[in-house]
Amino acid sequence: MSSLDASAAAKTESRNANRAMLAEFWFYFSQNRGAVIGLFVFLTLVLIALFAPLVAPHDPNFQYRDNFLTPPFWQEGGNISFLLGTDAVGRDILSRLIFGARFSLFIGVVVVTIALSGGVVLGLIAGYFRGWVDTTIMRVMDVILAFPSLLLALVLVAVLGPGLVNAMIAIAVVLQPHFVRLTRAAVLSERNRDYVVAARLAGAGNLRLMFKTILPNCLAPLIVQATLSFSNAILDAAALGFLGMGAQPPTPEWGTMLAEAREFILRAWWVVTFPGLAILITVLAINLVGDGLRDALDPKLKRS
Amino acid sequence: MFRFLFSRIGLLIPTFLGVTIISFGFIRLLPGDPVLLLAGERGISDERYAELMDQFGFSRPIWEQYFDYLVGLLNGDLGTSIVTKKPVLTEFMTLFPATVELALCAIVIAVALGIPAGIIAAVRRGSFTDQTIMGTALVGYSMPIFWWGLLLIILFSGILQWTPVSGRISLLYFFPQTTGFMLIDSLLSGQPGAFKSAVSHLILPSIVLATIPLAVIARQTRSAMLEVLGEDYVRTARAKGLSSSRVIGLHALRNALIPVITTIGLQVGVLLAGAILTETIFSWPGIGKWMVDSIARRDYPVVQGGLLMIAAIVMIVNLIVDVLYGLVNPRIRHT
Repeated sequence: MSSLDASAAAKTESRNANRAMLAEFWFYFSQNRGAVIGLFVFLTLVLIALFAPLVAPHDPNFQYRDNFLTPPFWQEGGNISFLLGTDAVGRDILSRLIFGARFSLFIGVVVVTIALSGGVVLGLIAGYFRGWVDTTIMRVMDVILAFPSLLLALVLVAVLGPGLVNAMIAIAVVLQPHFVRLTRAAVLSERNRDYVVAARLAGAGNLRLMFKTILPNCLAPLIVQATLSFSNAILDAAALGFLGMGAQPPTPEWGTMLAEAREFILRAWWVVTFPGLAILITVLAINLVGDGLRDALDPKLKRS
Repeated sequence: MFRFLFSRIGLLIPTFLGVTIISFGFIRLLPGDPVLLLAGERGISDERYAELMDQFGFSRPIWEQYFDYLVGLLNGDLGTSIVTKKPVLTEFMTLFPATVELALCAIVIAVALGIPAGIIAAVRRGSFTDQTIMGTALVGYSMPIFWWGLLLIILFSGILQWTPVSGRISLLYFFPQTTGFMLIDSLLSGQPGAFKSAVSHLILPSIVLATIPLAVIARQTRSAMLEVLGEDYVRTARAKGLSSSRVIGLHALRNALIPVITTIGLQVGVLLAGAILTETIFSWPGIGKWMVDSIARRDYPVVQGGLLMIAAIVMIVNLIVDVLYGLVNPRIRHT
């Protein structure tokens, strides 16, 4: 057999192995009915967010001056063209919720990307090099963890200035220590395994050892943590928006919508109920997926 | 045991120093001149500016300023509020009991409901009851509590008119705040109806604040119980012919509760973060609302002092939990 054939065979083999792993993963994941429902809801939300301009019946920021605080269509005084009613300045709530899905999912993606990449790099460095580097990094993380997360995020936003981008940075900083700790713990348990030693003896450099040899074997807990952080990021960003420190009006961000709706809670239940429901459904769907991922990726639970 | 205690305290010192650096750096990281920020929106004259610059020591090297800050902290000096002109520590001490009262009620609710719910779910694993409890717990865990609070206000204060919307007690009652805990003070006052009023003000905020810890505790109790129920000694106890309630209540629960205790302790940070939102919604005069208001009012010395105090409390409670954990689980102590 020529060397070309051999490498092609190896490639097919690794592709088959990957497919087998995926199939195994899906087998365990799909056993969890909640997780599958969560995934379905989440994918629907992603589609709604992507195609928001096509799905939304109205412009989210257009103020219908004749329709202030119109109730949902099934209530007396409701209007079929505003399915979930309008807010205090006559904007269609359903359209704002649909566009709001974009913000929430975007916040989740950005925050998790920053926190995950930063956390993984710091955790790898701490666990791989040990010594004073490790001590310094972990003490700094302890300091961040000493503050209640929302409080630290609030204060960071106060320093950086209110706004969506700064809120995302603040939340990422607050969520990062969890990734650092997880990565470090996983690296510590892997770094003296035979395959790492073998790779080192074969002449692999530090960077290769850290990112190509060790990291792929630490991924399972990180994936689960990333899912949990995704829902936490959405919740915290909504909370910051609610406190007036996140996205600023008239952005149709769900938390900000709730903040604007607060004064009408006893007069117009719908302006308060629907944005919160949207947050709850999104976060719940992601947490369901997270639980399913944990069960599917955790070999200890698999056996039982 | 003392060695364990001291090593834990030793670990806390660098973390606490880090916390002081953050609270010290906070005012200096704010965009703009710190003295102008402290002066507020009215602005100040040039002489006063120089005077303040000297007084706060902003013109001196940064490490000297930090050292002075630490010395001040050791003497209980957390700075002075710009808005009320009162020492930050005094304000903190006045408002802190309100938050403690709320948080204690919340944790009592969370433990009283969460642990039994977790046990039932574990014992009836896979049943409809288990699925309902765990489903509810996941909803609670995913709950945006600021919205949950608003919903409860709509239902109980708006539609049913059972509870008041905000505050700690009706304005009709006035009595000295001996302990700072409204439930106790209203009882001590002997005024008819005062205690009932205090309870009706406390109930909704505590439910809201309890929601997430309750869900976490129920989930944790269930998984700890499941782990323990599979152990050999539980099987032995069953084989001995002990009644099911005795096996669960005596043998399994005792060991299952060890990790649950840690979880309860870790909820302190969650409670304080939740207090920020809960107190804001219910206008509860505690430190959470105080922090939010101070950020909005740009009362930065208060934010700085409050940040430090809250972090210190979280650290102290975590230390206590750690030590308790060492007490109930000797294996930890010796590692």
